[in-house]
Amino acid sequence: MSLKRVLGATTALTLCSAAAAFAQDTTITIATVNNGDMIRMQGYTDQFTEETGIGVEWVTLEENVLRQRVTTDITTKGGQFDIMTIGMYETPIWGANGWLVPLDDLSEEYDVDDILPAMRDGLSHDGTLYAAPFYGESSMIMYRTDLMEEAGMEMPDAPTWEFIREAAAAMDDDANDINGICLRGKAGWGEGGAFITAMSNSFGARWFDEDWTPQFDQPEWKETLSFFTDMMNESGPAGYATNGFNENLSLFQQGKCGMWIDATVAASFVTNPEDSTVADHVGFALAPNKEGVEKRGNWLWAWALGIPAGTQKADEAKQFIEWATSKDYIELVAENEGWANVPPGARTSLYETPEYQEVPFAEMTLNSIEAADPTNPTVDPVPYVGVQFVAIPEFAGIGTQVSQEFSAVYAGQQSVDEALEKAQAITQEEMEAAGY
Amino acid sequence: MARAVSTRRKTIATAAAWGIGLLVFFPILWTILTSFKTEAQAIADPPIFLGFDWTLENYRVVQERSDYMRFLWNSVILAGGSTILGVIIAVPAAWSMAFVPSKRTKDILLWMLSTKMLPAVGVLYPIYLICIRFGLLDSRAALVAILMLINLPIIVWMLYTYFREIPGEILEAARMDGAGLKEEILYVLTPMAVPGIASTLLLNFILAWNEAFWTLNLTAANAAPLTAFIASYSSPEGLFYAKLSAASTMAIAPILILGWFSQKQLVRGLTFGAVK
Amino acid sequence: MATQHSRSAARLMMAPAVILLLGWMLVPLTMTLWFSFRRYLPLRGGDLGWAGFDNFTRFVTSSAFWPSVQTTLVIVGGVLVITIVLGVLLALLLDQPMWGQGIVRILVIAPFFVMPTVSALVWKNMFMDPTNGLLAHLWRFFGADPIAWLSEVPTTSIVMIVSWQWLPFATLILLTAVQSLDREQLEAAEMDGASPLSRFTYIILPHLGRAITIVLLIQTIFLLSIFAEIFVTTGGAFGTRTLTYLIFQRVLESQNVGLGSAGGVYAIILANIVAIFLMRIVGKNLDR
Repeated sequence: MSLKRVLGATTALTLCSAAAAFAQDTTITIATVNNGDMIRMQGYTDQFTEETGIGVEWVTLEENVLRQRVTTDITTKGGQFDIMTIGMYETPIWGANGWLVPLDDLSEEYDVDDILPAMRDGLSHDGTLYAAPFYGESSMIMYRTDLMEEAGMEMPDAPTWEFIREAAAAMDDDANDINGICLRGKAGWGEGGAFITAMSNSFGARWFDEDWTPQFDQPEWKETLSFFTDMMNESGPAGYATNGFNENLSLFQQGKCGMWIDATVAASFVTNPEDSTVADHVGFALAPNKEGVEKRGNWLWAWALGIPAGTQKADEAKQFIEWATSKDYIELVAENEGWANVPPGARTSLYETPEYQEVPFAEMTLNSIEAADPTNPTVDPVPYVGVQFVAIPEFAGIGTQVSQEFSAVYAGQQSVDEALEKAQAITQEEMEAAGY
Repeated sequence: MARAVSTRRKTIATAAAWGIGLLVFFPILWTILTSFKTEAQAIADPPIFLGFDWTLENYRVVQERSDYMRFLWNSVILAGGSTILGVIIAVPAAWSMAFVPSKRTKDILLWMLSTKMLPAVGVLYPIYLICIRFGLLDSRAALVAILMLINLPIIVWMLYTYFREIPGEILEAARMDGAGLKEEILYVLTPMAVPGIASTLLLNFILAWNEAFWTLNLTAANAAPLTAFIASYSSPEGLFYAKLSAASTMAIAPILILGWFSQKQLVRGLTFGAVK
Repeated sequence: MATQHSRSAARLMMAPAVILLLGWMLVPLTMTLWFSFRRYLPLRGGDLGWAGFDNFTRFVTSSAFWPSVQTTLVIVGGVLVITIVLGVLLALLLDQPMWGQGIVRILVIAPFFVMPTVSALVWKNMFMDPTNGLLAHLWRFFGADPIAWLSEVPTTSIVMIVSWQWLPFATLILLTAVQSLDREQLEAAEMDGASPLSRFTYIILPHLGRAITIVLLIQTIFLLSIFAEIFVTTGGAFGTRTLTYLIFQRVLESQNVGLGSAGGVYAIILANIVAIFLMRIVGKNLDR
């Protein structure tokens, strides 16, 4: 191990002396996801380098590839990255394993208490913060106000699933290529899996009971999956079984969806007149619930920056994280791109800023985030943390396989019962393999 | 009479071949065309073929986001380095198999080919751990070596088939004239094998260029080639067909152009000893 | 002719290639074998001790195993059949006298140069997307309902994409073989009144036998390990999970390296069965 360190250090030294003509003290390598807000941040990194003299190398990858890369690297202690972009699922697990540098000594002016409590809890293990949120999100309903009016209906602030289904059927208009509702059906625990899991909470379902027995054989799951499939077959787009966040975003922006229930960050994309043909006609509402169930179908997620333990450049990395997730960065973006485009959902102070309160989706985003409770996500008690996921290491594998079975239902390849039976078997198999 | 028939036949053959050729090429053509459209035109219904406002905007956006030249340069080094290294190691092996065959030659050849069937995912962890141990993560050296090893069986086999087509009498004649082993390879065999070596180089350059599993998993910032470049464009937010097309065009253009310019060599060499 | 001296020289010249490949095969293979007998769960703290044959039994008894073997065979077989049949036809067509032969050949080989990731992305988004894809536009133009390719006919779609990538390779090898046909023999057969079909069956096809086996061998080697096409398009959903993909899911998604390694061992065994089978055929053909 130490030999490797020496080797690494020597290489780094050689590289540095080779690059000594440029006056950069250190360069940190950051793995990140190719979402719009991250790409915008890359554009501003020159400012960070100017201020601190620390260079930044970006490794930008598509979400699935990123997960695979950073997980391999952290579990083998590969040390390829100084900062990794991770989510609410990974952070507590990795933090518990001691793989991340605790962020407990952030500077005074960073004001760590300003981070929204829901985000802070989700990114902590045993009360210690392990990754700083770059942006946070819940999910909510985005709908076309003009189509809603045409259909002669009115969206309540907190609708039920029954209302949504009715409204979707009313707005659906095949002749004009408008689908009543667009939802994620794409396989993958972070895609369609996240949606259906969050939705199942609002039907009173859960993944496991308190003894870690899978619950797919319970009536609540059957109701969730049947309701979703029926509604999407009535009023959803063709081929929704392969639609994820991105596909739906582009459908909505083209004016092909009446409603869309998805990440709150999408609000700024669908109301941006440059990309969206329907920017002026978007309304927002809380994610629905089943009549009489207290939980709603909204999730909680954050894309956050964490530092792998063992990096030589922890101090520089911390400096970067403080810069990228600071109030100043938000102001920098607001100044250049307008308040609607700042990274949302991370800081309380943002929602207290008068300019931001005028942004049409600000309030609903905050309400949605506050309505999600990862430590107590379901109606019946569960042994796990997480709204649209289960924060155990095995979940990524299980969740993806289960959601693949569900997607096969959406594609008409098997029945709801078959899928749930397989889901139950897969989950049992994997939990046994993991030693539960 | 015979002439008239052949002209008619030629016309039909031409029409059919061009039709199929364009059909096969169409996805690439469409990608290239789309890369010059605006995002709105890229998804227009009905689709627009040529009558759109040609723009370079997508290329500008892609270039702004990622430093294309660095990825390109890494691709060139990885593909070029691994291919050249592979040929250097393979030439002597193929030579001895072709000219001093033993009972076991064919078994060795087939065994070499069978190593290519090792599923890459299955050995990801071992290789990753080895790379960490020797500090070779995100280094070009490791990838050159791995890509070389992956393609070595193909290189040996291709060279073997070319060498075998060289008549043995020529070698004997050279030996009579007192040529040693070294002279024999350098002055007699190599010149005759140049076309074969050229097409081997080309084919393996293409294979190494397009290899996406190892190049993606073992690189971060320093050694990342164009396959990693593409991985950051696979599903960005919002409308992205035009940008995806631009990035795709940038990733495949160099190899496409190289392939077209050298297609004669490639085609001539692509026989794997199949023609005899 | 070969002297003792040249024999040992030959051995020496072969050594680097053989030793390197042996190392490339043995080192990871040994490590994979070692892992496959361990409870190796990186996210649970790494190597948790001896597992006996647990991983091996678990991997084959999993509900996903046999379907994945089947999918692998369907995809490999489908692509082989399509590329060889179309490749033979295309090679015969390209062999005809025509105008612009060189350009047509350039057009036909182009897909071979395209990275698998890129071709999967382009096909998935720009052609097979049920809303904005070109095929959907085409379907609508003829008044039909667009097909959701990747969910309704997922395996066929993947076979289509992969076949598109490999058709050029098959065509080129077969074309070189067609060009070496004995013209006089063909003409003589034509004079004798043999129909085009019987000329094809009795003269052309036997002549192409060797080239076809080569295509079969090389393509099988590459097709057994296709990954990017599935990763990008369906992510293994809708019954498109091949054995390679299943191992990927075990190792990287479930983070169960022991289980995945056991799968890797099975895949190596399967690959070698296929290899021995193929090499029997090719070996015979190599002897002429």
